[in-house]
Amino acid sequence: MRKSGSMLRRLGAVAAMVAAGVLLPGGSALAQGKLKVGLMLPYTGTYAALGNAITNGFKLAVAENGGKVAGRDIDYFTVDDESDPAKAPENANKLIKRDQVDVLVGTVHSGVALAMAKVARDNNTLLIIPNAGADDITGPLCAANIFRTSFSNSQPGIAMGKVMAEQKKKTAVTLTWDYAAGKESVGGFKEAFEAGGGKVVKELFLPFPQVEFQSYLTEIAALKPDVVYVFFAGGGAVKFVKDYAAAGLPKTIPLVGPGFLTDGTLEAQGEAAQGLLTTLHYGDGLKNPKNDAFRAAYTKAYKIEPDVYAVQGYDAAQLLIVGMNAVKGDVSKRAEMVKAMEGAKLDSPRGSLALSKGHNPIHDIYLRKVEGKENKVVGVAVKNLTDPPRGCKL
Amino acid sequence: MDVYSFFIQLLNGLQYGLLLFLVASGLTLIFGIMGIINLAHGSFYMIGAYMAFSLSTLTGSLFVAIIVGIVLSVVLGVALEWALFSHLYKRDHLEQVLLTYGLILVFEELRSLIVGNDVHGVAVPAIFNWSVPLTETLSYPVYRLFMSAVCVVLAVLLYLLMAKTRIGMMIRAGSSNREMVQSLGLNINLVYRLVFALGVALAAFAGMLAAPVSSVYPGMGTGVLIICFVVVVIGGIGSIWGALVASLLIGLADTFGKVLIPQAAGVTVYVLMAAILLWRPEGLFRRI
Repeated sequence: MRKSGSMLRRLGAVAAMVAAGVLLPGGSALAQGKLKVGLMLPYTGTYAALGNAITNGFKLAVAENGGKVAGRDIDYFTVDDESDPAKAPENANKLIKRDQVDVLVGTVHSGVALAMAKVARDNNTLLIIPNAGADDITGPLCAANIFRTSFSNSQPGIAMGKVMAEQKKKTAVTLTWDYAAGKESVGGFKEAFEAGGGKVVKELFLPFPQVEFQSYLTEIAALKPDVVYVFFAGGGAVKFVKDYAAAGLPKTIPLVGPGFLTDGTLEAQGEAAQGLLTTLHYGDGLKNPKNDAFRAAYTKAYKIEPDVYAVQGYDAAQLLIVGMNAVKGDVSKRAEMVKAMEGAKLDSPRGSLALSKGHNPIHDIYLRKVEGKENKVVGVAVKNLTDPPRGCKL
Repeated sequence: MDVYSFFIQLLNGLQYGLLLFLVASGLTLIFGIMGIINLAHGSFYMIGAYMAFSLSTLTGSLFVAIIVGIVLSVVLGVALEWALFSHLYKRDHLEQVLLTYGLILVFEELRSLIVGNDVHGVAVPAIFNWSVPLTETLSYPVYRLFMSAVCVVLAVLLYLLMAKTRIGMMIRAGSSNREMVQSLGLNINLVYRLVFALGVALAAFAGMLAAPVSSVYPGMGTGVLIICFVVVVIGGIGSIWGALVASLLIGLADTFGKVLIPQAAGVTVYVLMAAILLWRPEGLFRRI
């Protein structure tokens, strides 16, 4: 799966990082005091597990860097954003104005992240987003001080659209909740599938967060497409996959989707999910030295298996470390720091990770297949996938 | 849409409507007959679903869970009526809204403390866990057909109870003139307590019955609550028959709305409500 060239490059990057870390103490870094990092993540509610995984991943990367960033100790300021967009501006302002954080990290929920991005832009605070996939953040709303280490919603869709077109599927029906994340995911699929010669014959939407799918399943059976692409997550994903199986549809019409359809839900989906194909930038059984080391260290530190969210948190810290090292810990040299982060080539557990012009990840999207309780990586759907940063003026 | 699909969608619509009726009939009893605006009705549905999850995990059988669950929800209904709702009959609607909204928050918090915030699935009982093939591509889960049958039976029983029995007569009399019934020597307080418990049990039962197909998740009561008020308003406040007709109408409007005009799927039901209220401001039916 891996080429030795990129391996060497990554080794080089790691060596450079290590060297910078070793050489720095004694310079200006010591005089700067602690680096203030604001973690604005969900620690209660539906997304609490994701918030904790991201925090764990972030702190693991810092610990592996000697517990410091460019020679500076870290002071964490933590706020539970409750995945509530209404409270987001106040929470972000609390961290920026009251706690005077140097860098803001967050969050999971796209609505909250959009509000955070606005506050970060207004105050010119450095923001690293470790999950929320709203396309706009690295599209029309992109900014020099805003980075993302997770994904954009359209990326897994683009990858799946390409794979399905390559499998010579001619027609597809899409179904999702009528909200931004779903529309962006389906939009990515449609774009790539139709570019590859397929045709999306019908786009179905239902109001968020309804889960009464029966009429849509009937419609799908009547349309008889070659493939069905859906975006659902959490409880909706569990129910849709089960209903699709109960309707007997998998026998004739394969179901595919982004990784969120089967991530963290396989326990509840059970038999109904077996054999499903999904696309994501991470998966079970992914083989590379960095991932092996990461999984071992994470499991040792936290006594649980890491997931894709932990990887994204880990990479958020890795990106920050690259930026900090470039300016020897002096955050006032923002332009220099941003430049270093833009050029970063991270050795991520997911594989190599670079950033697009809109500051969104360029990474491999894997094709995964559900086997038992795992999303096994069966191949690379698209290598170094970058989504077009539409409307971004960077 | 071909003929096959049309009939299957018709079946989908009726099946959704019948389930709605089960929840809304409880609300029409409490809201229509007792005159209490009960915002916590959705919570009873949620409590039912969570009871189905917890009890069926504990006992291994959904049917045992449902029987125990019904007993528990009747007890809950009687206790709530005695402790809280019986003090509200003479108060104005705003105070009822305050109390019942507070109850929503309390029940959600209790749910979070006891069961947590995760989404859970409830297994379909083994004897219903198969599907009937309808077309070459589509099969229909038998459990959904079973649900519909149960709803029809309950609708008939409820109608007979209200229209043909002595207790039904007392309930209807109490709803039109509480003082008069009392002065005739009937224990109207007891009647109301029973009606309230019945309303709670119906909502909880709907939640238990629907749990295997809807899955169990935080906040599941809220969506149901809104659509139930729509049913009660369309059907005519206090009318069981009206609630049945309105539920089926909404089930069909929602199902065909989703398929025929997917862009406006979220509003078809409310457009239907607005149209009916313009035509008949009191709803489709008067009280039985």
